[in-house]
Formats: sequence, C-alpha cells, structure tokens
Amino acid sequence: MTSSFEYAPAPESRSIVDIAPSYGLFIDGESTDGTGPALKTVNPATEEVLSEVATASDADVDRAVRAARRAFTRVWGPMRPADRGKYLFRIARLLQERAREFAVLETLDNGKPIRESRDVDVPLAAAHFFYHAGWADKLEHAGLGPAPRPLGVAGQVIPWNFPLLMLAWKVAPALAAGNTVVLKPAETTPLTALLFAEVCRQADLPPGVVNIVTGAGETGRAVISHPDVDKVAFTGSTEVGRSIARAVAGTSKRLTLELGGKAANIVFDDAPIDQAVEGIVRGIFFNQGHVCCAGSRLLVQENVHDEVVAALQRRIGTLRVGDPMDKNTDLGAINSHPQLDRIRELVAFGVDEGATCWQPEGELPGRGYWFKPTVFTDVSPAHRIARDEVFGPVLSVMTFRTPDEAVAKANNTTYGLSAGIWSEKGSRILQIADQLRAGVVWANTFNEFDPTSPFGGYKQSGYGREGGRQGLAAYLKGDN
Amino acid sequence: MTHVLDPNALADPSAAPGGLPDPYADVTRSDDAFRAFLHGLPGVDQVGAQARVAQLGTRSIKTTAKAWAIDTAISMVDLTTLEGSDTPGKVRSLAAKARRPDPEDPTCPAVAAVCVYGDLAGVAKQALAGTGINVAAVATAFPSGRASRAVKLADVRDAVGNGADEIDMVIDRGAFLAGRYLDVFEEIVAVKEACGPAHLKVILETGELVTLDAVRRASWLAMLAGGDFIKTSTGKISPAATLPVCLVMLEAVRDFRAATGRQVGVKPAGGIRTTKDAVKHLVLINETVGADWLDPHWFRFGASSLLNDLLLQRQKLRTGHYSGPDHVSVD
Repeated sequence: MTSSFEYAPAPESRSIVDIAPSYGLFIDGESTDGTGPALKTVNPATEEVLSEVATASDADVDRAVRAARRAFTRVWGPMRPADRGKYLFRIARLLQERAREFAVLETLDNGKPIRESRDVDVPLAAAHFFYHAGWADKLEHAGLGPAPRPLGVAGQVIPWNFPLLMLAWKVAPALAAGNTVVLKPAETTPLTALLFAEVCRQADLPPGVVNIVTGAGETGRAVISHPDVDKVAFTGSTEVGRSIARAVAGTSKRLTLELGGKAANIVFDDAPIDQAVEGIVRGIFFNQGHVCCAGSRLLVQENVHDEVVAALQRRIGTLRVGDPMDKNTDLGAINSHPQLDRIRELVAFGVDEGATCWQPEGELPGRGYWFKPTVFTDVSPAHRIARDEVFGPVLSVMTFRTPDEAVAKANNTTYGLSAGIWSEKGSRILQIADQLRAGVVWANTFNEFDPTSPFGGYKQSGYGREGGRQGLAAYLKGDN
Repeated sequence: MTHVLDPNALADPSAAPGGLPDPYADVTRSDDAFRAFLHGLPGVDQVGAQARVAQLGTRSIKTTAKAWAIDTAISMVDLTTLEGSDTPGKVRSLAAKARRPDPEDPTCPAVAAVCVYGDLAGVAKQALAGTGINVAAVATAFPSGRASRAVKLADVRDAVGNGADEIDMVIDRGAFLAGRYLDVFEEIVAVKEACGPAHLKVILETGELVTLDAVRRASWLAMLAGGDFIKTSTGKISPAATLPVCLVMLEAVRDFRAATGRQVGVKPAGGIRTTKDAVKHLVLINETVGADWLDPHWFRFGASSLLNDLLLQRQKLRTGHYSGPDHVSVD
C-alpha cells in the first residue's frame, strides 16, 4: 500500500491577533501620532498590507528622548533594583502568556515560519527578560565593581530578521541595568514592537521607560544622533553600522554594534555526518538565512565533500516550503522585495564567477517574496559569494585538506561573528575553536542561543556583547 | 498550503535492485577487519539526533493526513503477546482481533502480523489461515539470548516448523558489548539459514546497547549478516523503542540501500502506546527515508496496546467524538 504521506494543511489561526488599521508611536506610555508620513507594513508571504504605521520625525524622536530622560531621572533610575526586577519578570510572564499572539504577528509581519516564531523567537525573547530580571538586583556581582551605575537613555535600533527577539536582547539588559530606552524597530517589521508597547502598558511599566518610535532610516539616524542619548546600540548591516560609528565618534555616547557575518561552518571527516547535515541546514536555512550569524560558508574536508554535499542536497529536497502560518513549514518568505533583489543579485554574481549553483526541484508559491534554498559548490575564497553577506538561503561550499587550512580559510573574512565546528574529536574542537576569530563558536551544533551566553563579533561584525554577564557591561558604568 | 520541495528527494538513487556488487564482501574476513569497519562508520551525535526528532515531533498531522497515518499504522502493527501466561485461547483471541481490529467497521485494515512465542506459532498459524496476516515468532532464547547456539538454532527451527512466517531473533548483546562482533555476525548468519523461507527480524535490544553509536554499528552488523528487518527491542527492557534510536536505524537502512541496493525493514517495538507516538514514527520515516518505507513490508510496530489507541482515534475521526475503552475489544 505504498503511497505518499501528504501532510494536510495545518494553519495556525490568525484570529488570535487583532491588527489595527494604523498605529502611532509609543512615547511616554501613550500612543501618539507621528509627524512623518505613514509607512505600510506588508506580509511578505502574500504582499498583503497588514497595517499603516506612523513615522517618527526628528521632533517626535526628541519627545521620546525627553520622555526617556524624565523617566530615567525621576522614576526608573532611583527605583529599588528589586522593583525594576519585578517589572521585568512581569513583562517576561506577559510575553509567555501572549506567546501565541506574538508568534502569529511575527510570522505575518516577517514571513518566517510559525514553527520558528513559536518555538524559537518568542520563547527566547521571554527567556531574555527572565534572565535579565534576575540580574536587576544583583548588578554588584556582574564584575563591574561594587556599585555599577546605569548610563541613562539608550537609543536602540534593531533589524527585521528577529524583530521581537532583537527587541528583547536590547530592552531587557538596558532596563535591568536601570537605563531607559528609545527603540526603533525595522521599517518592514514594526508590529511586534508595537504589541510589546501594549505589554509594557499591561505591566504598568512607568511611562517613558520604554519608548518605541517607528520609521525608516531617517528615524534611526535621529535616535542615534540625538544629543541626550547616552548609549547607542545597533544591530543591522555593517554599512549602516559604519555610518553610526561615524555619527557617534567624538561624542560621549557609548556604542555597541552587532553587524553582519559570513560564518564558516567547518565539517571535519570525523564528524557525525547526519547531524552535521542537520546543522548545515539549520545554519543556513533557519529564518530563510536572514541571520547575521548564519553558517553561510561551509568548509568541508575534501575527503568527505561529495558525501556531505549529496546528503545535504537530499535533505534540502525534504524541506517544506510555503505558507509561513502552516505549522509544518520549514522555509518561509524572504522579508522584503529589496532583500529578494539583493539575494538574486549576489546569486547571479556567483553563477557569473563560475561557481556551480544547485537548487532543488519544486515550485515556490506564486505570490509574495520567495527564494529557493541554494547551494554553490566549486566556490573559491575569491568569489563574492564567499565574501559578501547574502543574508538569504544561499550556502557557499568550499573544501580544505588540513586543520590549519580550515582555520586559515575560516578566518579569511572581514567578519567574525560566529563559526561552527563538526568533529567527534573533543581535543580538535577545542584546538580549532581557540584559533577562530569569531565571537561565537558552536561545536556540533549551530544557531543555538541562550540568554546566559554572550553574543557578539570580531572585526566588521561589530563590537560589544549581548547576553550573559558580559552583555550587562554595555549598559553599566563601573567605578573604575 | 505548504509542500515538500522535492518529493523525490529520498527516492532510491541506485534503482538497480540486485545489480550492485557487494561492496562489503570482505569486511567480515576477520575480527579485526570487521571491528575496523564498524568503528569506521560515522559517529552519531546524541544531542543532535535528539534535537532532530524533537523538531520532527512538532509536525502537525491533521484531518486527511491523520486518517491516512492511522490506517497505515494499523496495517503496520505486529500485534504481540509475549507472556509466560499465554495460552492457545489468548492467541486465538488475538488472531481474531488481528483480522478485524474494529468489528464495527469493515473498512478498518487488518494488522500485519501476530507475534507470539514459538510454541504457539502453530495456534496462531491455524487461526490466521487464509487471512494474509503473518505469524511472527520470537526465538533464539528470547528475550535474553543467553543460551548456546545449538539451542538457539533449535528454537528457530521449531518455530519455523510450527508455521512461523517471520522469526524475531535477539542478538547476543554480551558478545556485542565485549567487542566480539564476528561472533554476533556468524550467529545471525546461522539463524538466517535456519529460517529457510521465513523472514528474519534481528532484535538489537537497543536499551542494552545504550549509545547511538552502538545502535548504528549493530544495525550495520545485522544488515550485513542478512537480516530482513532490524528491530529495536524485545519489549522486556526499558527503554525500548525511542525516536532517536529509530532515527539512527532508519539512517542505517537508508545508507545500506544506497550502498548495496538491498532494502531492509525497521521495527520499533515496545513503549509505543499512543497514536501520537505512532504518527511521530511515520513522520520520522517520511522525512528520513521517504515513502519507500511507508509500507508494512518495510516498517512494523511491535505493540500490543497501541492498536486500541489507534482504533479509538480512528473512531474519533469518523464520528467526531471520543468513545471510550469499552468501545474497543481488550484483545
């Protein structure tokens, strides 16, 4: 009775979220109109307009920063640390209680599979608040002196790939350390940040502690260049990060940047091959490859190259693509048309430069922004697809012969955010990890995140760390 | 809607049945050679294997897919009784259940086989005559396997003589764990020969092998020795069938077919009690080895209580409400 096992549609219900036709800014605890032109936010899987969102002008940003300053001076700064912790615990619990709502909204606005927003983004966001809530009254044990103090107002600009999670990475440590926040979400994915504003109100967070200003690049520039901002935190592209570093240079603002990456995922011939293949898939196709620490360069030992590539291609063929709201979807939509264009452009470069381009059989949905998982073999380290961050589901495969060569090739990038090592030999893992110039090195796994573990880059991947004890340093002044 | 990118991704690439030369003809030439071969198989990272099955465990199988999965699972059940208290009456009643699992619904498929001790194989054979349902018998000093080879082979011949269509043997775990791989291999070869036309399922008793590396080695050992099926457990040792173990065994049969052209079946047994468990196994097959194994010829569930849960879920799908344990027969 051989027949195929067709999974019936299993769509998550979108009725749990109530998307308003338009949204204002969240300043001083209230929703207010923005004075800039409204932006439309689109579901990338269908191109349906979800809502209109206000744009914050310089004057709006100024209002937000003043509200944040007031809240810092009068309420949040002087508050007993244990009480700050209570607010953070409350936010964390509300994120858990409203997890399905956040997951559905994230998937609608971003295009990522509901399985990922439900199982990764939202639980991790809540975990970051829980983790940092615990730190709020223990900061003297953070290794920054006996009485570390907050910096003041933090201006934070976050990307579209993990909208809620990046918010949590930024907001939770800032608040735990006693700072107040002006946050600008990405222009294509503002909705979960605006739902988070509602959670802040629900948690009775004092007005002005968290302010959310939506808009595009101009709004972000206003946030980071506002003279009364003490701390700038940015996650996004290296290009924008560079301009932020220039804008902040010469001021007293503290700056942390979490930028691009071109991570090497190194597979040795003694690796657990089946799990390595899973790790390669997770490394580059998780979140459609819209991950700054994506394992976009596969370095595989030459003597197992053919075997690994064949197994990888077989596995890619089994990925389920389509409606991101379907609980069985593995690969969702590309977040925006401009991003789709960039992926196409870089893939075309790869083909022109002579690398072998492989994509699985099969159809993509007709509407929306989609790109097939793509594997380039015969890639030379000189090719653009081996050097530039694609930020999409595109893997470049290169080979190495010896451990030294693997390290040399892995480090031969202007980035240094993350790396992966696959080997059954523990001593080799430690030895190679020690030589990799990357902020995060995963061993026999990839794209594994935890709030206790610091995350950040070397070289053009930025500076500063987020998460763990080290991440607190970005939001605190020590005594020395 | 969502769909799999390439429905043929897991299809047999060689597609040359029997035409391949045996690439492993000489690995059993000596203890050392066999050991080198088995230890040269790629390792299994346990954390990664667990993560993979956990992810597949979140697949949402609803409506038509669920109905298909339940019927497929029923048709894959080896309905089992392996108790000291088994009697001809018990076996006949199990056989009746095997033929018509749901007496109220003739559209319900029959199970694949009835699995009993060898001395009762004849009773089962008679009760199942003409149904197409196989009789499986455990043998080789089941469940411990602690007997001399002569006794084990006599046990097999006795079961086959009683009419067993399938023999479920246990490997010598003591020899395996002591590193005497060739002994284990030779015993399976001898049992296979004693089976004659009966199909041979090789029970690895993975709960005693413990590590997934050992499961992979034992799987290859059993396949190389000519086993028609590799089976997880006797059901007498805990843990019995687990999803990570089943994943590793499926990877082994997939890789073995790719290398030799010969397809080997997989049978998780013991501990699979709910429809949810069974569906997770079917998802695991579907996304690891593909549709070629979604067939009672190539995949079985060794179970007793599973069948009733499948029947209850089947009734629920048909009628829209849950009935209760009294709406299915006890055995």
